Amino acid sequence: MTSTGVEDVESFRLRLRAWLAENMPKARHRGELIGSSIDSGLPEEEEMMGDRARQRLLYDGGFAGVCFPVEYGGMGLTPEHQRVFCEELDGYDYPALLQLPTFVPCAAVLLEFGTHEQKLEHLPRILSGEEVWMQLLSEPSGGSDAAGAQTTAFRDGDEWVINGSKIWTSGAWMADWGLALVRTNPDVGKHAGLTVFMVPLKAPGIELHRIEMLNGVDDFCQEFFTDVRIPDSYRIGEINAGWTVGTRWMYHERTIGGGSPYLTRPAKGNAAEHKRRVVEPAVAVARAAGRLSDPLARQLIGEAHTLSTVGEALGERLGALMRNGAMSEHGAGLGRLFNGNARVRATTIGYELAGSAAAAWEDEDEEVGRNGTEFLVRQAACIGGGTTEISANVVSERLLGMPREQTLDRNVAFRDIPKGPPAGSR
Amino acid sequence: MDTELSSDQTFFRQTTAKFLDDHLPTSAVRELRHSPDGFDRSYWKRGAELGWTSLLASEQAGGGSISGSGLIDLTLVAHEFGRHAAAGPLLAANVVAAALSRREQDVGRHGAVLSGILSGDVVATWAWAGRRPDDKLGRVGVRATPTAAGDGWTLTGTALPVEAGAQADQVLVTTAGPDGGLSQFLVPTSASGLSRRPLKTLDMTRRYAALDFADVRVGPESLVGAAGDAADDVERQLQLAVMISCAETVGAMESAFEMTLAWAFDRYSFGRPLASYQALKHRFAYMKSWLEASHGIAAQAAQAVQFEREEAPRLVSVAKSYIGDHSVELMQDCVQLHGGIGVTYELDLHLFLRRASQNRMLYGVPDEHRERIAEILISGEAA
Repeated sequence: MTSTGVEDVESFRLRLRAWLAENMPKARHRGELIGSSIDSGLPEEEEMMGDRARQRLLYDGGFAGVCFPVEYGGMGLTPEHQRVFCEELDGYDYPALLQLPTFVPCAAVLLEFGTHEQKLEHLPRILSGEEVWMQLLSEPSGGSDAAGAQTTAFRDGDEWVINGSKIWTSGAWMADWGLALVRTNPDVGKHAGLTVFMVPLKAPGIELHRIEMLNGVDDFCQEFFTDVRIPDSYRIGEINAGWTVGTRWMYHERTIGGGSPYLTRPAKGNAAEHKRRVVEPAVAVARAAGRLSDPLARQLIGEAHTLSTVGEALGERLGALMRNGAMSEHGAGLGRLFNGNARVRATTIGYELAGSAAAAWEDEDEEVGRNGTEFLVRQAACIGGGTTEISANVVSERLLGMPREQTLDRNVAFRDIPKGPPAGSR
Repeated sequence: MDTELSSDQTFFRQTTAKFLDDHLPTSAVRELRHSPDGFDRSYWKRGAELGWTSLLASEQAGGGSISGSGLIDLTLVAHEFGRHAAAGPLLAANVVAAALSRREQDVGRHGAVLSGILSGDVVATWAWAGRRPDDKLGRVGVRATPTAAGDGWTLTGTALPVEAGAQADQVLVTTAGPDGGLSQFLVPTSASGLSRRPLKTLDMTRRYAALDFADVRVGPESLVGAAGDAADDVERQLQLAVMISCAETVGAMESAFEMTLAWAFDRYSFGRPLASYQALKHRFAYMKSWLEASHGIAAQAAQAVQFEREEAPRLVSVAKSYIGDHSVELMQDCVQLHGGIGVTYELDLHLFLRRASQNRMLYGVPDEHRERIAEILISGEAA
């Protein structure tokens, strides 16, 4: 402990290192997203239960929520401590499915905008793996224009009544709570009539549908809200101040690629990593396709590995620049741009390496053949979590200071904003 | 990583930046266009006094770094070289200084040349690749044949391109013996049988030459490292060369990006600044991501090389593979965004385009580095 009462980073590292070695299970090959193509082979429900247990393990050990205040069950430490945590976590299993969207953006938003009572109630439960959260942000009417939300909540005494639909929540059937951006006043401009609520996903009136994607995965859900009633105490922030919350919410979402102090995931590039073998998925595909000595395949392997390695280096750089104030928080958009496009290219490379087996394959060739189905959903990497086009807007406007795009929906009451072509125009 | 510099390092970087601002504004770079040497010796000596040539040499050899991590300090200088499209054989001098000070025995044998490099009095360079197909990564242009009497070697062949080859006083030449083993020799460029031919080049100030070795006799006193066993040394030199060149390229990218960004705000078309067009804004967003990604991987790879980590060869090749490709794409995008003036000599942009385009093609093109990455990954998994 230093005189300020904050534990010194290096002593924290040593204490954590010893605790992890004693308590944390070793790393397995698995993805961080529900429905991830790099999965462990276990059913998702089982993975989720395991992750809740691993989060509980961290919590009971006093190692949950590095940058969350102590009074809400966290450790009250700094982003530097979190960075060290991620380094030390390399080589261990961790609560992967809870990172997105439970911790970021949901818990981050709660921490920033929740009342003391709301934080006291939910943050310890999140940190102990008891609550899994979803973000109820996108709607069927449009994903990028989040402020155009059409789901409504109208006041009825001490309660709010929600009607409408939200979409693109992954694994919602395994989740407990959702953070929802909804319209509470359609008579003012679109940004001025939004409010954010916490919604219990098991509430009466919520109907859940699973959506089948082009690769056969059906983890994404759509929720339909019919007269769902929640108390006013579930409101986050002021009434009709939802866009203030929403802006930060989307900012936190962009920090997923690097820079968020609320994510606890193994960092690459530390000492332990150097001793381990590097796993490059493209090598596995090329091997399965029998093309390891093909010079063209080797070019593609080199390219795939270049992109994934540079992506990590970029994430570290952006994190460092944002931590020391040399770059504004909007720099996170650079990571999102890079990673979206890098993953798109990596998927194309897998498809390319697979050759004709990506078009038609025998059962035993699944490892090669699945690169064909993955190719079908390739663009998801540049769509999910905010499209790369929106990130390019954010980077150019907020980071580089270029003029904002013209919009035709400002200073107009939301109900009067065109939501489709005029009647009879086609 | 250079996101977290010490105050000494920051001061060191600023000193070089200020020196280059004062002594080598782009108008001065332009004046060097027709200079056969591309830099003058008094300028180089002053740079050496600022520490440009001593960072990779050990303290016993008369060198020394700012932070204890000489390569990291050197990448700060190289970055400023790129930002200014500066003149002078920075890469060549440092690679040779590092090679000569790697072993005590070489410091003893080549001490005079080494201290000359560190003071800036001696210009030294590294001759390695040959005429195609010997320009491929891993091949060399010069053969070393043991003499019949067993008292030395005869060097034959052509090395090219050799940075500052026509200006250098000393050349570290990498050679292959009859059995393929590599040996390195330090040879004065005045040696009998060694002739030099300046090459045409892209860069404003950086000159290259072909060095023809016609039965150049060298004895054991010219050896650097062990005869026939220099492969590890050469790999180390390659890593240093790529890191210096990548840091320089990132500096050049930064300058090109900054001047093009300023242009986008100042240039009006149809009553609006270019910066207000979404089609162009998005290109700037992508360029910025390439620039930061290049900076990130250059810094991470330099750390690995500095500390001679196991993953250094892989990260060096990742850096070159990425930066090699994205630097020139960024430059050409900058040209495109400038329109017609972008392809003129009048605009300074080409100073950076030239530097990046040249660096991309030397010390292994991106394709070769991708092959190297694949080889490392595949043989690593098989191991």
